[in-house]
Amino acid sequence: MATPLTPVITEFWDRPDLYTLDGYRAVGGYTALDKALKMDPDAIIGQVKDSGLRGRGGAGFPTGMKWGFVPQGDGKPHYLVVNADESEPGACKDIPIMMANPHALVEGVIIASYAIRANHAFIYIRGEVPNAIRKVAFAVRQAKEAGLIGKNILGSGFDLDVVVHSGAGAYICGEETALLDSLEGYRGQPRLKPPFPAVAGLYASPTVINNVETIANVPYIVDRGVEWFRQFGTEKSPGFKVFAVSGHVKRPGIYEAPLGITMRELLDYAGGMRDGSNVKFWIPGGSSVPMLTPEHLDLPLTYEAMAEAGTMLGTGTPMLFDQTTSVVKAVTRWLEFYKHESCGKCTPCREGTYWITGVLEKFEHGHGTEGEMETLVNLCGQIAGRSFCALGDAAATPYPAALKYFRDEFEAATHTSADEQFDPVASYVFAGAGAR
Amino acid sequence: MSISESTRDQMREIAGRYPSARSALLPMLHLAQSEEDEITTDGINACADVLGITPAEVTAVATFYTMYKRTKVGKHHIGVCTNTLCGLLGGDAVWDALTEATGAGHNTASADGEFFLERIECQAACTHAPVMTVDWEYMDDVTPSSAVEVIEQLRRGEEVHSTRGPVIRDFEATEHTLAFPDDGLADAPSVDAKMLAGLTIAKERGMSGRDI
Amino acid sequence: MTITNEPGTQVAVPTELVTVIIDGVAIGVPKGTLVIRAAEMLGIEIPRFCDHPLLEPVAACRACLIEIDGVPKPQPACAQVVSDGMQVHTQYSSDVARLAQEGVMEFLLLNHPLDCPVCDKGGECPLQNQAMSIGRPESRFTEEKRTFDKPINVSAQILLDRERCVSCARCTRFADQIAGDPMLELLERGAQQQVGTADDQPFDSYFSGNTIQICPVGALTSATYRFRARPFDLVSVPTSCEHCASGCALRTDYRRSTVTRRLAWDDPQVNEEWNCDKGRFAFAYLQQGRIEWPLVRENGELRTASWPEALAVAARGLQSAGTDTAVLVGGRSTMEDAYAYSRFARVALGTDNIDFRARANSEEEREFLAAHIAGTPIKVEYADLENAPIVLLACFEPEDESPIVFLRLRKAASNASGKNVTVVSVAAGATRGLAKMNGTLIPAKPGQEAAALANLPQDIQQALAQPGAVIMVGERAASSPGTLSAAVQLSQQTGAALAWVPRRAGERGALDAGAIAGLLPGGRPISDPTARSEVAQIWGIEVSALPQQGLSGLALHDAVDAGRIRGVVVGGVELSDYPHQAAEALGKVDFIVSLENHHSAVTEMADVVLPVGVVTEKSGTFLDWEGRPRPFGQVFRDAMMGSDASVLAMLADSMGHSLPGAVNDLRAQMGRLGPWTGARATMGPTRASTTTDGVRLETWRLLLDLGVMQEGDAHLAATARPTVARMSARTAQAHGIAEAATVHGPAGSITAPVEIDDSMIDSVVWLPMNSDGSRIYRDLGAGYGDGVRLAAGTQAGGLS
Repeated sequence: MATPLTPVITEFWDRPDLYTLDGYRAVGGYTALDKALKMDPDAIIGQVKDSGLRGRGGAGFPTGMKWGFVPQGDGKPHYLVVNADESEPGACKDIPIMMANPHALVEGVIIASYAIRANHAFIYIRGEVPNAIRKVAFAVRQAKEAGLIGKNILGSGFDLDVVVHSGAGAYICGEETALLDSLEGYRGQPRLKPPFPAVAGLYASPTVINNVETIANVPYIVDRGVEWFRQFGTEKSPGFKVFAVSGHVKRPGIYEAPLGITMRELLDYAGGMRDGSNVKFWIPGGSSVPMLTPEHLDLPLTYEAMAEAGTMLGTGTPMLFDQTTSVVKAVTRWLEFYKHESCGKCTPCREGTYWITGVLEKFEHGHGTEGEMETLVNLCGQIAGRSFCALGDAAATPYPAALKYFRDEFEAATHTSADEQFDPVASYVFAGAGAR
Repeated sequence: MSISESTRDQMREIAGRYPSARSALLPMLHLAQSEEDEITTDGINACADVLGITPAEVTAVATFYTMYKRTKVGKHHIGVCTNTLCGLLGGDAVWDALTEATGAGHNTASADGEFFLERIECQAACTHAPVMTVDWEYMDDVTPSSAVEVIEQLRRGEEVHSTRGPVIRDFEATEHTLAFPDDGLADAPSVDAKMLAGLTIAKERGMSGRDI
Repeated sequence: MTITNEPGTQVAVPTELVTVIIDGVAIGVPKGTLVIRAAEMLGIEIPRFCDHPLLEPVAACRACLIEIDGVPKPQPACAQVVSDGMQVHTQYSSDVARLAQEGVMEFLLLNHPLDCPVCDKGGECPLQNQAMSIGRPESRFTEEKRTFDKPINVSAQILLDRERCVSCARCTRFADQIAGDPMLELLERGAQQQVGTADDQPFDSYFSGNTIQICPVGALTSATYRFRARPFDLVSVPTSCEHCASGCALRTDYRRSTVTRRLAWDDPQVNEEWNCDKGRFAFAYLQQGRIEWPLVRENGELRTASWPEALAVAARGLQSAGTDTAVLVGGRSTMEDAYAYSRFARVALGTDNIDFRARANSEEEREFLAAHIAGTPIKVEYADLENAPIVLLACFEPEDESPIVFLRLRKAASNASGKNVTVVSVAAGATRGLAKMNGTLIPAKPGQEAAALANLPQDIQQALAQPGAVIMVGERAASSPGTLSAAVQLSQQTGAALAWVPRRAGERGALDAGAIAGLLPGGRPISDPTARSEVAQIWGIEVSALPQQGLSGLALHDAVDAGRIRGVVVGGVELSDYPHQAAEALGKVDFIVSLENHHSAVTEMADVVLPVGVVTEKSGTFLDWEGRPRPFGQVFRDAMMGSDASVLAMLADSMGHSLPGAVNDLRAQMGRLGPWTGARATMGPTRASTTTDGVRLETWRLLLDLGVMQEGDAHLAATARPTVARMSARTAQAHGIAEAATVHGPAGSITAPVEIDDSMIDSVVWLPMNSDGSRIYRDLGAGYGDGVRLAAGTQAGGLS
């Protein structure tokens, strides 16, 4: 039997007033907060640990463990920072969550702050999405007006201020320490670790940085319990996931399902590939994870199964491309992105993305050479594992995977341009260039 | 043009949100840009003054983030996602159509100052590809012709709505929102069929996240 | 872990050691040591660009990647702290490390121009060197290199070739972490990342030149040195800086008898690896406008003379003045030269009328120096500043007046050092310099410092009573009656060590050499019979031949002005450095002998001018503010010019006295004399503060100003701070001042743009002492603490 969809965070998105406090409360919102504030903060950390919730930002780090790293009774202020810098190519689930159900995030922020004893929380939202920013700001203001944020929340003695912060266009700020530097008003370049943010993060104080979807899970775990949560997903990947399916599919969109659902099942829900088309390659969760092929469609979308297949679940936002797609062009475009977004701090990423992009652009125009195909592999190897942060690793990811599955296309690109190999118009989702 | 005293007051207000004033620099620069349509030396100096840091420190930040512009943006900022997914699914064609329709190029404004074009990176709306933004508000699922139509409507002064967001204002208004996000426009419809795709099926088929 | 017996140095406490094995060799290093440092101790060189031992690690360049057993990815040696038993493999024993390093080197060279043949750094370039050791013989990169317009000025003095930059961020980190001047930053992002400044604010840091020296490529160059020489054509000589009493070790490079550049040299006890821009760039004076031949005045005009003739004329003139003579020694003499002047005055001229203080001074100061400073061993040293619970400054602006003290205090006070030393300054306002030291202001109107010191807040008094506390008074204390007495009293009450920080490099040495009335070498009171006999013995004269206590300071000036002094020997004095009308007084002297290297107001009125060598033409010693000897050797061994001492020896010879002139002889004599161990002179009665009604002038010399030794370097001068009149908003308002202020003194007025500084106490105006448009002695006829009149000024352009 096919894995069913499990709308939790998305359950009431069809309510036009869900983004308001009243709308959210009408569907049971903020009952988890009531519960949480009556609990011992450590018990909440314990509950999140027991739930097995893993970070939904891409790395999949156990959330409860992260919270547990924060030293308690250290006399320093603690901070919660929500990473809402969703900028990874292919990732498009946090912004929808914030636009549709901002109070789930806000409620999660209050509970998480209470658990880690933070009196100050920041929601760092990438600047290019004003509509998500205003929705969250609106929700925060309503929560403040209702006494859910502020002094002595619901008589618990717990104080919390929440600040909605706009970024300004830098993918690197999704890297948590770069985000902290950015939030402190600096260039968003990653920091040396150690010290880790849990010990010395924002303003050199203990800080937890969580993804939007991760935090939005928290109220449901607190409200409905660990057992309820763990009935979804697998032992190592418990719970559900807001999957965002995009590409040459019939019904791209948001599909919330248990972890462990297969790509084929998700694709089914999305109506399959567009007419007359089939999957050429797909990427489970953002351009930073290696691509897969149709043979991987039946693998469960879990952290462990994806790792076993040599890729990662990443953000859990699969992009599917059909046979009209030029892999050479796709990879070149991604590398142009990494080159554009490389922060410049470390040599391998700064110079490596510059070089690789230049070579790939030659391939795109049909001017690559056989030797350069190997040079590129070598260059990716000179970045991966040697750059300062994961952006470099990510930049070194698309090409080797693409070469592994589509070597012939790169060989062809030594004499034939990508556009000659694949008519770009065929890949458009509207009717040809004549859609004008 | 220069940064007015009331804008400086607003900058101080933003700085007051944070335990450490310098945290306010990004929103402050958005505010400066909302007043001057670009980041000017004056805007940089105003931020430096308010925060008690050097203009070089502000410049370092202002030049790091792509949303801060060093030339006048003009009335509307038009972004077209040309990252892999949007680009290949048609964003490239949308881009071509818009450059032709406006006469502007990447990170440059049209001669009449109405439209500033930018090839933008992934806008976190891949489900709605190809994506265009007008003053950073979503214009989802565009085609070359629908994108050009938006431009023409704006040119004619007609009211244009974001597909998931409020009525289009102008670039400076959006930049102001980024500094003061609770802008009173949260009521605009922001959930569409694609965001409800899974929920719709679940409802049709009686699936639920309550219990399996 | 060195254990030294030097005064003030504490024996190091043994640190916990851990053992790390690098390329199979085990070494015990203190816990917390970085792998790259541990490797250095073993002589294993790991490539590096961003790493600098005095900057916080960033691990940005990735050139130093090494392999550690059990760690999956190569790690940066510059940021990796050793742990006990850690097995490290560098490029010498690990392919992972070697390949990683080669890869990074290849990436670094990608966009680097192949302009080594025309690059200043070529021949001493870490990139060039490391490319040879770990780089590929041929590049695989055939795409287009990144190009930038080149070069651009980040300041008038410093140029930047962005193409050569490898983004190591040493320069920007130096500017921020060390100098506290974050005006040089990384701009842009990714491959476009580049060093730069704000559009309208150049990198005018007093310490900017250090960025050139630590740049591991040729990206930063100086306008002075750019394209002037190749490193391998230069001869390098270790020297000491003659520009101030900070005592920097320098390296002087020359080519064809011309100094091409100066670098900061490494002295961990003093300047670490830094120096200031004055010490680095102000050397044009060494070779420009020199007096080359003796001059004798004939019919009112100076004419060239032979040495024998000039010496004979000088000897005759001085002899005819009898003992109604005096010696004025500039504050830039070496200790050996000052000693020669000291002995020349007492033996050849038979007078004790001598003073090295060519600046505002006081009798209280002379007494203070005699009682507490002259001939004393090091009481406070640089390292003590880092370990002090508190450092109290009075009449002392370190950033301008002793820049390396400033850097050390900044380091001591920074959070990053973990020392968090409290810096407190008694002054009229909290300067930028004080802010950079995280300092606190104890406000005092100029002239009221004594009262402020006597009434310090309780918490500061308590802090000063903690072991290791330091009080530092600057030479301006001489202009504020009672301040030195109050500082002594505070030191005695609290137990805090007291340091006196003169501005000029030669002052402390001249003091110890006895170049001041009443004090023989080593701090010996001239009135003390034992002291007299010790000196007479070494000098080979009868005790009775030694003069009695003579005149110095204002008393000497008054005697000159009254015509009671008939012959004067002047060595390296700028008359405009005196607050009083020194030129007018000297005009009344019958016979003046000037020992000089440049023409000056003194040579203009001198009867005989004897040319002497500059620091590169002689060897010598400066005592820095600590009292630490800073000996230096002769750069140009074939120099034609002699030292002041050797010229004085010839002059003495012409007068029938045999005095030593060779530096070794002088040092040997000073060594034999040693410091005075008998009863020290005592200070006279405590002086009362002056009244400080009305508007008072606060002033000091900016580091970069119109000082004569800075002449000839236009690029350096262009980085000087502009002249402003600083005052509080209330003071400005009270005098109807908006944009510009006019400060009126007895001799005239200065108009300058106003800088409002609300840390300043009211009714005080600050002006630079000797800057463009503000030479306060000449223009105002007023000095530190003097009353002035304030009015709105109309800015007459021109001031920049």
